[in-house]
Amino acid sequence: MSWLPHVDLPVAEDGNGRFLPMMIGIMVFLATLAMAGALAVENVVDSWNRDVTGTLTIQIMPAEGTPEESERVTSARLEQALGLLRAESSVADAQAIPVPRLRALMEPWLGSAELVADLPMPRLIDVTLREDKPIDLGDLAKRLADAVPGATLDDHRLWLSKLVGLAEGLGTLARVVVLLVTLATAVAVVQATRSGLATHRPAIEVLHLIGAQDDYIARQFATRAMLLGLAGGLLGLLLALPAILLVGWLSSDIEGGFVPKVTLTLAHWMLLLCLPLAASAVAMITTRVTVLRTLARML
Amino acid sequence: MGQNRDHRSVRARFWDRWGGQIIFRKQRDRRDDAVAARFDAVGLRYGTGPEIFTDIHFELAAGSFHFLTGASGAGKSSLLSLLYLAQRPTRGSITLFGKEVTTIHRRQLPAMRRRIGVVFQDFRLLDHLSTLDNVALPLRVAGVTEEEIRRHVPELLSWVGLKEQMLAKPPTLSGGQKQRVAIARAVISRPDLLLADEPTGNVDDRIATRLLHLFIELNKLGTTILIATHSESLIQRFRMPRLHLEDGNIQVLDAPRTPARPPLPGSALNALGALGNPGEGDG
Ligand SMILES: Nc1ncnc2c1ncn2[C@@H]1O[C@H](COP(=O)(O)OP(=O)(O)OP(=O)(O)O)[C@@H](O)[C@H]1O
Ligand SMILES: [Mg+2]
Repeated sequence: MSWLPHVDLPVAEDGNGRFLPMMIGIMVFLATLAMAGALAVENVVDSWNRDVTGTLTIQIMPAEGTPEESERVTSARLEQALGLLRAESSVADAQAIPVPRLRALMEPWLGSAELVADLPMPRLIDVTLREDKPIDLGDLAKRLADAVPGATLDDHRLWLSKLVGLAEGLGTLARVVVLLVTLATAVAVVQATRSGLATHRPAIEVLHLIGAQDDYIARQFATRAMLLGLAGGLLGLLLALPAILLVGWLSSDIEGGFVPKVTLTLAHWMLLLCLPLAASAVAMITTRVTVLRTLARML
Repeated sequence: MGQNRDHRSVRARFWDRWGGQIIFRKQRDRRDDAVAARFDAVGLRYGTGPEIFTDIHFELAAGSFHFLTGASGAGKSSLLSLLYLAQRPTRGSITLFGKEVTTIHRRQLPAMRRRIGVVFQDFRLLDHLSTLDNVALPLRVAGVTEEEIRRHVPELLSWVGLKEQMLAKPPTLSGGQKQRVAIARAVISRPDLLLADEPTGNVDDRIATRLLHLFIELNKLGTTILIATHSESLIQRFRMPRLHLEDGNIQVLDAPRTPARPPLPGSALNALGALGNPGEGDG
């Protein structure tokens, strides 16, 4: 391994030379995938949230009975729903769509106005949501349905909001994976360093007796761990990139547009490229701390 | 005549180097510490075993030269290891260069250890490093620049006759060659105190004599020297005062007066020069 710096300790000849890059490579591979997943989910959630927020449509089904009776009950329910909605803190405005406008909207599907005139019409309420207040659509839909018979909330959005919840859960999970992988890397590096220290103990003793400071010895282990970590990390990243690109390409192939394109922004890519650096930093710092703590117990 | 001049230039370089101005920047005034090492009521035991030393008292005056003798197992290596700070005594006090070291914080140990050169009984060379790197080690840990290392180490190596073996690794060296690498490593930083544990154990009498002359030469330049040895012939030939270990106690024996010290074969520096001749035999 000629790319390693000159060291007085025979660190280049122990098993860590192969073990560390391999282990860190795998860790970085996993972390990169998990992180890319978390970031992509974040992007998707953002775009879904943009759909979910803003406006909302409530539909009130026509009541049973004679046309007059139905008209009266439905109008009452409409007023009731409007009252409930306007009392919501997250609702900026709620307006019933006037019946003539509804008929006009229906015309392209139902044909001439006369024919439609007698049909019981569902009523629609346009709700404008406040940007600054989060809204639990599921909860609102439930309360609305309980209070006003026949009232339903635009169910595409409701469904989407549930999906956002799921996606956010997945994102959190991915973050936890990144964290655990970091932890696992640190633990493995500690073990590798300990065995390295045990192997090199006679040499370390000689260095001590010659007047080497702990820092000098720790630096040799740490510099090497950093370089091995970086090599392994770059390898892991290299393997992870095609996987990420493949997933991105597969998602872009889904028609229908309800799955927004799974893409990463430039900033996200930069973040992923930083992972090998982070891994190598974790390896270096962990090694240094482990070595210093071990040396502190020696005379 | 030409040869003589050559010899002189070697000698001049030796004095330049070992006379002390150049190699290491920190100038130490040896006169400051009239006593290099002092043991007061020192006791040592390993684990729960018997005490190897009981109430040892002795003093090494700065610039002195002593042999350390005693039967095998008497504790010569243990005594040296207390001096080179590889372990602390179970009780008593040890003073090095005027500083109490038994209670010293381990952060201060490296600075102390850099003033001490050690030739270990088993050499303790680092097998994966070349002769050059092994000898350079004390300089590297002290932060001496690579440029200075490249200037001084090969020179010392040719001094001890290892010019050809500069890039060889210890496992490929003969016992006597390893011994000389160990000695070169111990003296490269021109220590104030040189401790050697059986430094002539692996070499024939002729080389042993030469190595002793190297130590004598260093001693002339002010280094305090303590050499553990079994060799009666060395003790007889080089009439130096002795520290003798027996039954956990130490006795200081003055240098025997008679017979007169045999004349050294030429100047001691000549002996160093001979050592520096790679063509001549080794261990
Ligand atoms: N690390 C150790 N742990 C326990 N006992 C030890 C240890 N080192 C030395 N001893 C014991 O201390 C005593 C002195 O040993 P030491 O090595 O100092 O003797 P020595 O005079 O150098 O002998 P030699 O001439 O054979 O080298 C011996 O009885 C030995 O068994
Ligand atoms: Mg011994």
